[in-house]
Order: sequence, then C-alpha cells, then structure tokens
Amino acid sequence: MAVRKPPITTREYWAPGHAACAGCGPAIVMKLATKAFSEAMEEKYGDPNAFAIAHATGCMEVVSAVFPYTAWKAPWVHVAFENAAAAASGVEAAWKKLGRKGKILAIGGDGGTADIGLQALSGMLERRHNVVYLMYDNEAYMNTGIQRSSSTPYGAWTTTSPPGKYSIGEDKPKKWVALIAAAHQIPYVATASIGDPYDFYRKMKKAASVDGPAFVQVLAPCVPGWRIPPEKTIEVAKLAIETGLWPLFEIENGDFHNIKFQRFPKDGKFKKPIEDYLRLQGRFKHLFKRPEAIQELKNQIKELWRILGKEVELP
Amino acid sequence: MPMRKVMKGNEAAAWAAKLAKPKVVAAFPITPSTLVPEKISEFVADGEMDAEFIKVESEHSAISACVGASAAGVRTFTATASQGLALMHEVLFIAAGMRLPIVMAIGNRALSAPINIWNDWQDTISERDTGWMQFYAENNQEALDLILIAFKVAEDERVLLPAMVGFDAFILTHTVEPVEIPDQEVVDEFLGEYVPKHAYLDPARPITQGALGFPAHYMEARYTVWEAMENARKVIKEVFDEFEKKFGRRYHMIEEYKTDDAEIILLTMGSLAGTLKEFVDKKREEGVKIGAAKMTVYRPFPIEEIRALAKKAKVLAILEKDISFGIGGAVFADTSRALINEKEKPIVLDFILGLGGRDVTFENLEEIVEISKKALEGEKVEEVNWIGLRKEIL
Ligand SMILES: Cc1ncc(C[n+]2csc(CCOP(=O)(O)OP(=O)(O)O)c2C)c(N)n1
Ligand code: SF4
Repeated sequence: MAVRKPPITTREYWAPGHAACAGCGPAIVMKLATKAFSEAMEEKYGDPNAFAIAHATGCMEVVSAVFPYTAWKAPWVHVAFENAAAAASGVEAAWKKLGRKGKILAIGGDGGTADIGLQALSGMLERRHNVVYLMYDNEAYMNTGIQRSSSTPYGAWTTTSPPGKYSIGEDKPKKWVALIAAAHQIPYVATASIGDPYDFYRKMKKAASVDGPAFVQVLAPCVPGWRIPPEKTIEVAKLAIETGLWPLFEIENGDFHNIKFQRFPKDGKFKKPIEDYLRLQGRFKHLFKRPEAIQELKNQIKELWRILGKEVELP
Repeated sequence: MPMRKVMKGNEAAAWAAKLAKPKVVAAFPITPSTLVPEKISEFVADGEMDAEFIKVESEHSAISACVGASAAGVRTFTATASQGLALMHEVLFIAAGMRLPIVMAIGNRALSAPINIWNDWQDTISERDTGWMQFYAENNQEALDLILIAFKVAEDERVLLPAMVGFDAFILTHTVEPVEIPDQEVVDEFLGEYVPKHAYLDPARPITQGALGFPAHYMEARYTVWEAMENARKVIKEVFDEFEKKFGRRYHMIEEYKTDDAEIILLTMGSLAGTLKEFVDKKREEGVKIGAAKMTVYRPFPIEEIRALAKKAKVLAILEKDISFGIGGAVFADTSRALINEKEKPIVLDFILGLGGRDVTFENLEEIVEISKKALEGEKVEEVNWIGLRKEIL
C-alpha cells in the first residue's frame, strides 16, 4: 500500500549551525516539530509564525542557544531545567493579555519532563493552558553525560545504571509520561517516533491545532547515549515501532477506551523481534548474555500493550 | 481624591498590585502572604483588575510563569514568603540575569527548621545575592507605596532588575492600619505603560532569551547585573523624589530619626523602626543621646548613606532579624564593608533579635543601649549579640 505523504513546509525555524552531534535524533525532532507547528499556525491563524517556544535545560537547549548565536528563528526562551511548562504558562498568559494569536510550544527532554519537571507539567496541563508540551525522549539525561531517568527502559546501560555482577543495567520499567498526561483528560496526547516522521509531523500539527493543552512524547535516539553509529538513528527509531517496543497511539480527552493506534499489526503479531532493536545499540549489549532480562523486557512491553487494551505477540 | 481605608498589610500589597495593573500575576498561597493572592483573585473576579491570574501548583512555577510572562514583555507580579521564596531561589537568579522587572511582595517570615510562621527577615536576606532589589516596609502604607516604587525602578531602562518588597509577617501582613490608596490616574501617570525594550517573545521579531553563556561572556553578563544594581541607587533616589511630588510621601534609602547629636544610633529595617522611634523618644526624655535609623533599601546596599550615618555616631548598633551562621547578621556584615576604609568610624555592634516572631521589647532595647554604652566607654563587648535569647532553656 502506498503511503500518502503529507507535504512538509520548506520554512525553517531550527537553523543549520546548531551544535548537536551528527545523527542526533532530538535535533530532527526540533526541525520537524517547528515545521509542523508553523503549518498548523498558518491554517489556524493565517500566520505561520504565530508561536513561541519555552525550552527546558538539556541537550537541545544547550546545543541551540550558545550566546551570541542561536539556532532559533522563532521567539524562544529558556528558563531552567524543570520549569518549561510553567514558563510556557506565563508566556501563554502574557500572549492572552496582549491579544496575540498563536500557541506556545514547550520542549523538554525525558529528564526535564518525566522526573524533575513532572509537577510543573501536571500543573500546566491541569490549568488547561493553550500549550503543546513536546517531550523528546532520548531515554536518559544526555546533557550531563548519560545518566538514567525514569524514562530509561529496563535493561539499558547508563552511567548511573551500569550493568555489573549484581546489576542488569536499569532495573525499573520505563515510566510512560504520555499516559500520565492523558490522565489529565486534556484534548490531545500522542506518542511518536522519528522512525515515522510523517506520523510525528501529523501528530505535532494536530497537537498545535487543538484548543487547550496537548502532549506529545517522541522517541529520539541519541548517538553517544545509545551507543549507535550516527547513520543508524532513523533505523533504530523505526525498529522501535516495528518490534512493538514503542507503541504509537493517540488519546483524546483522556478517553482510554478509544485509543487510536498507528502501525499496529492487524493480528497483533509483531514480525520483527525486539532483539533486532536491541542488537543495534551498545546500551543493550550486555543483555545478550542475560536472555532472562530480554524476556523480562518483553513481558513489560506486553503488559504495557495490555494496559492500552491490546493483546500482542512479540517473537 | 486619594481614598483612606483601614486594611492589613497583605491587602495593601494587593491594592498596590491592582494599581500597578500587571498583565500577569502568578502566585501560590503561603502564610503569612496568603491573603495577597486571595485578594487579587477577588479583584480579578469582580472585574476590578484586568490581569491574567495563574493559579500555579507551586512557588517554583509561580516565579517561572512570571519569568515566562515578563520575557513575553508584560508587567508581572507575585507574592510569597519563607519556604515559598526559598523554593523560588533558583529562578530568582534567572529573573535577574535575564533582566526582567518582576515585582514580588514578601510577608517576611522565618525559615524551617523548626517550622515557624512568624516574622523575621531570613527569607529575603537569604536571597540577597540573587540580583533582586530589596525594599523593607515599616508599615502598611509603605508596603503599598514601595511596591509602586519598586515597579517604577525595576522598569527603568537603566536598571531592569526584579524587586522584592518585604513587610513583616503578622506585625504588618495581618495588622490593620489606615492606608491611603492613591488615585488610579496618578499611579498611571507615575508608572505609565510598561514597554519592554529587550524582553518580548514576538513572532514578528524573534529573539532568543535565556541562552547559554560560555566563559567568554558569562562574566560580562554578570557584570551588567552589577552595573544595573549600581545604577539603581541613583534611580531609586530619583523615583523617591518623583513619588514625593506625586503622592506627598517622602522615602529615603536610610531614614534618620534624632541622629544629629546622637552618640549611639540604632539601625534597623522594617516594622521594628516604629518601635525604635518610640524608644528613642523615651530615652531622649531620660537625657540619653540616642537616635534611630531605618534602612528602607537593602539592595542595592546604601553604602554612602551608611557612611553619612556613621559619621554622626560613636556606636552604630545594628538590630536585625536574620543570621548568617559563621559571621553574624547580614546587615552587620554589609555595614562593615561600607565602613572598612573610612578613616573615622564608629564602633559597629550587631544585635540579633526577634527571630521567628520573638517579641522585641523595650527591655531588649535597654539591653542593647547598655552594651553600646559599655563599648562607648571602652569596655570590650561582643561584636555579635543575641538579644532576648532564653538561655535557661538551652
Ligand atoms: C535543578 C537542576 N538539576 C540538575 C541540572 C543538571 N542538568 C541539566 S540538563 C540535565 C539532564 C537533561 O536531561 P533530559 O531532560 O533527559 O534532556 P537531554 O539532555 O537528554 O536532552 C541535568 C541533570 C540542572 N540544570 N538543574
Ligand atoms: S548527546 Fe545525544 S541528544 Fe545530545 S546532541 Fe548528541 S545525539 Fe543529540
């Protein structure tokens, strides 16, 4: 079946010249997200530039805004690590008062969202600010040199979850912030992966178009953090979808009974084994000597799908 | 015509916020300042105040939202105290470093542990290095006036720094006093509309705010905050003059009371100044040559005014409701800096008192005068003295 590809605007808000690593997944997120935002703003308000960005501390902030340079061609503000959602609340309130039409985009990594920024995120969502919160999930604190976050998957190596004689690496299941966000019964929540950029693009556009808060969690591999070669970023992000490890879904108004899935095999059977995904990444290398740990990871993913209302088979 | 109303300090702060017409207010309740956001909510609910009021989930988010709003180019206000201010600590530096003229009202309250809701100045004093200007009010009228003044100074192009206005927990926040509420038109004239020159998030002219500063630029950025704070000295005095012209009330960096021929001068801040003036009157009747002084502006520190004051005294006794462990009171340390290279200087003594709401009594003040007299007569006394301490329970 031919995939209908939506057009992607040639407008750029994430300019070349940022300092991200070659092959950086989150950098692709920045580019696509702002493009999608601009299209949504054009359709909604007739002005493709009708947005501002509030960014949390983290890799993408640090590589994009080194004084006196900037990679941003949109109004952009960084305040601190844990408060992108709160800062965005303030920007949105100010815009409301100024009568300025448009929407605010808040951006944070998994650390700034799942851990230290969770409270501010919850407050922002609950207050129904007209803000899209974009969580780029590279599954660890990359800016400080690859420490685990609560969004780090089971079994992964990080500098604070090293595998060893008494450790298989990260020993807790991943926290799914998208589900926490959806529990706020906000208009729109989605997961995405840069392995399916069109799906991500569509979801960002949708998120930017709804009235009120929206949350998008996008998987974005990090080259040094995942120990992958730069040219494998997209392949890895794609395999996450194809192996069933990364569910793609949308939840509207917290309606967990009507979750919309994308790229879900009709029979519930994923064709590619999770091992294909793991094998490409140095951070999971040690798991191949511990098959029970891979089994545990599979169990956790099956359980996640079950919670989402799907029985799946993982080869 | 200005209206006179009997009100609590918290209400005076809310009235000041109303008169200043901020476009965004973000606040979270904490004793003793809770009434400030409550009152502002009422103003907004009744349509008397046209602000976006963000009911945030914490003080950290309150100040973060204020930074976001101020970066988007609108006048912004918040209120807090004690642990709430401490929770904001990280973001206070950011607000100042980004040169955002946010104004914040503080019901000065002690910090934990032990948890204590009563008055001292440890909360604001602990934030003295954040780059925020600090004003301290003696009474509810001053709480209102100083908030208006704070906006005017903060938004001055030569300054562009945030400001906090402290008024003592319960002693002012919850005590009713007559307060003159200025006419809205006169306040409008005084403050004018806030037009951001450097901070705005406008798609038509996109800028990047809050960037990363490498070693090649960081020091210069910090220097501009230093410079702005230095500029604030002059601007504050200009604004005090203008305030007097418009509203008839006079403010000074340090206000002096019967200091001209005083041998001992007691220097303090906040509501304690009222008590001191009364005490000075009493001692004068007894023929003791003492005077009082009230520091209204603590940051920028009134260095010149301290020097002028010190010239008049043989003993400068500092009465303060804060402690910097390992050195003494903060005002004492700062005063010492102001006097260190003066040829002639008085003996400077520090008196730590009134922590966590401990009453400051005339007996306490007598004790301070006694110690000061001893020093005057050449006897050796402690430089840092804890007054009113219940030694028997230690
Ligand atoms: C209050 C606070 N604690 C810690 C830090 C240090 N810090 C800066 S970024 C960061 C990790 C960011 O991780 P994440 O949000 O996952 O984004 P990434 O770097 O992976 O893009 C940490 C721990 C900080 N800036 N502020
Ligand atoms: S460390 Fe990871 S997230 Fe950071 S720039 Fe490099 S690839 Fe991107």
